[in-house]
Amino acid sequence: MSADAAAQNFLERAPLELRDAVVALFPAPLQWLVSSLITIAVILTVFGVFFAFTTIAERKLLARLQNRLGPNRSGLPWLKGVKLWGLTQPFADAVKALTKEDVVPATADKLLHFLAPVTVVAFSLLGYAVLPFGRNMVPVELDAAVLYFFAAGTATELAIFMAGWASRNKYSMLAAMRALAQLISYELPLILSVVPVVIVTSTLSLQEIVHAQGGWAFGFLPQWHVFTPWGFAGFLIFLVAALAESNRSPFDLPEAESELIAGHLTEYSGFKYALFFMAEYFGLFALSGLGITMFLGGWQAPLPFLEFIPSYLWFMAKLVGMVVFFIWIRGTLLRLRIDQLTRLSWQFLVPLALINLVNAAFWALSTGHSPFLDVARWPISAALIVLPFLVMGRRLNQGRAPRQYTYAQ
Amino acid sequence: MLGTGLLKGLAVTAKNFVGSYTSPERMVTVEYPEQRPPLGENYRSFPFLVSETAEDPMGTLRCVACQICEKECPPQCIYIEKSKDKKPDATGKQQFYPAIFDIDTSVCMSCGICAEVCPFDSIKMDKVFEVAQSNRFQGLLLNREQLAKSNAYYNEIRPAEAAEVDGRLAVERKAAEEKAKAAAAAAAAKAAAAKAAPAATAATGTTGTAPVAGVADPGRSANGIPPGSTTPATGEAGTPFTVSQPAPAPSAAAPKPPAAS
Repeated sequence: MSADAAAQNFLERAPLELRDAVVALFPAPLQWLVSSLITIAVILTVFGVFFAFTTIAERKLLARLQNRLGPNRSGLPWLKGVKLWGLTQPFADAVKALTKEDVVPATADKLLHFLAPVTVVAFSLLGYAVLPFGRNMVPVELDAAVLYFFAAGTATELAIFMAGWASRNKYSMLAAMRALAQLISYELPLILSVVPVVIVTSTLSLQEIVHAQGGWAFGFLPQWHVFTPWGFAGFLIFLVAALAESNRSPFDLPEAESELIAGHLTEYSGFKYALFFMAEYFGLFALSGLGITMFLGGWQAPLPFLEFIPSYLWFMAKLVGMVVFFIWIRGTLLRLRIDQLTRLSWQFLVPLALINLVNAAFWALSTGHSPFLDVARWPISAALIVLPFLVMGRRLNQGRAPRQYTYAQ
Repeated sequence: MLGTGLLKGLAVTAKNFVGSYTSPERMVTVEYPEQRPPLGENYRSFPFLVSETAEDPMGTLRCVACQICEKECPPQCIYIEKSKDKKPDATGKQQFYPAIFDIDTSVCMSCGICAEVCPFDSIKMDKVFEVAQSNRFQGLLLNREQLAKSNAYYNEIRPAEAAEVDGRLAVERKAAEEKAKAAAAAAAAKAAAAKAAPAATAATGTTGTAPVAGVADPGRSANGIPPGSTTPATGEAGTPFTVSQPAPAPSAAAPKPPAAS
């Protein structure tokens, strides 16, 4: 099936056709508004439900990774004995969060305390505006979508600091400071890991970047960026930085329970807490979506004969894969210390990302000169990133690993 | 190389994940309301009162309201009111009985001291742990009707300990019975001797009362424990437990010294 045929697929076109049909029901001056509202409603619904089931999936997966069972009790209220493997747990959690008392500390800054969860959700949702969820399915087509995405995503740091400041609680404040240090430290490698893609594709539009990864090498191999040496390195740096950006284990220092109660969430309860929780996952999904778009071929199928599955389903499948991988990481790794966290960023990820930048520049410049160079650039590019990785990895661990235990043997 | 440890860790958790589906022995979770692992032999929750039979728990309580447990209880959760009258216990001997016996389980700390100090083996530790109540005070304050449970139940929850107690009680009762028999025989011999002696004495009254006295006070020795007797009550007591485990004979004969109050 050719790309054009895939684009004409009924399932592929169905969502857009449906939206257009609904929009056509309204008078012309209102159509732009209705179209946008429908898009917003669909994104909120799809990712809201996705968030709900990610929470239960995370709990069940984490449990399985630790040889536990995970939540499997909640069923349906009117059907006793039907347990549905606990899949209705998120709805029970939502009802619980909604009916809980909303406690605001007496000395808190009431306005900021209320604004923080609202703004954090709003900012974390802004990134979705430019993500290409499927073929022709971009809410807003921006030429500088990559720039916009990072500008919007970084604003969540403001909201987190707002929460820490407004709570008037030392734990919250310390956690907010930590969160800021962490987010600023990891913003740099995150953006630097994405720049090579921009260099090679020479565009900032996410839709263009997806198209640049289209087509099949030798007729069946996908040409995603992750399958190039610089793209693979960039993807790994992106993964680590994205983990840190979304405050997930092993970089969940801002809410390290053993040290900071619940970090900036300490003074939040009920629905406001749920909003922070939601924003964290929305941010994770948005960053995963960006990683998919940048490195994993966006909404494109991995093999030619799989193109009959609609593009938006491929996007969601890749998103599920990314989220499962993040959960796997969370179930495996321990939390870092703050000095380890910042050292990893400044002494390892940032230099490596800069070297990868040179690597991508070499790749972009060596394209199409001679058939020999087109083959030879693969090992050269691989060496350009693997050797610095080995050298810097050794230096990073020098004098620190393997750990010598003086008393505990 | 940097990152190999990370991959090793991921492999470990991946193995856990697959293993959690393929090898059930990895899973340690007990799904409690459905699955109930057996409680340990020495598990204890709250005290209960042992009665000889399940049919008439109030009539056959072993408790004689001596109030030792009440005085020993560290958090003082036991409240006992001694009866004004006496009624025959399982062995037919006239004893006081608890008119009120309350245990406040919201105060009880399950130490088991009451069961340890009881010289009549009448208060023992239960194994029921699902005691949640919807109110705070009344539901957790157990009266003697709620506390009474049969000896058969005691045998069920603590077989080894109950067999030892039953054996000891059987030995004590048998000894008391023999003593009573001997006393009765002695009384009968005395009566016969009195009859055989000067003829036509008006001893009819004494012959009538002599066995009664023997039963009412069967070997009231200095040990002060409820001895067995020849009254039909022994048969009713329903102690089919033979002395399978010969209880420590000296201790069977000599009672546990009541703890200093």
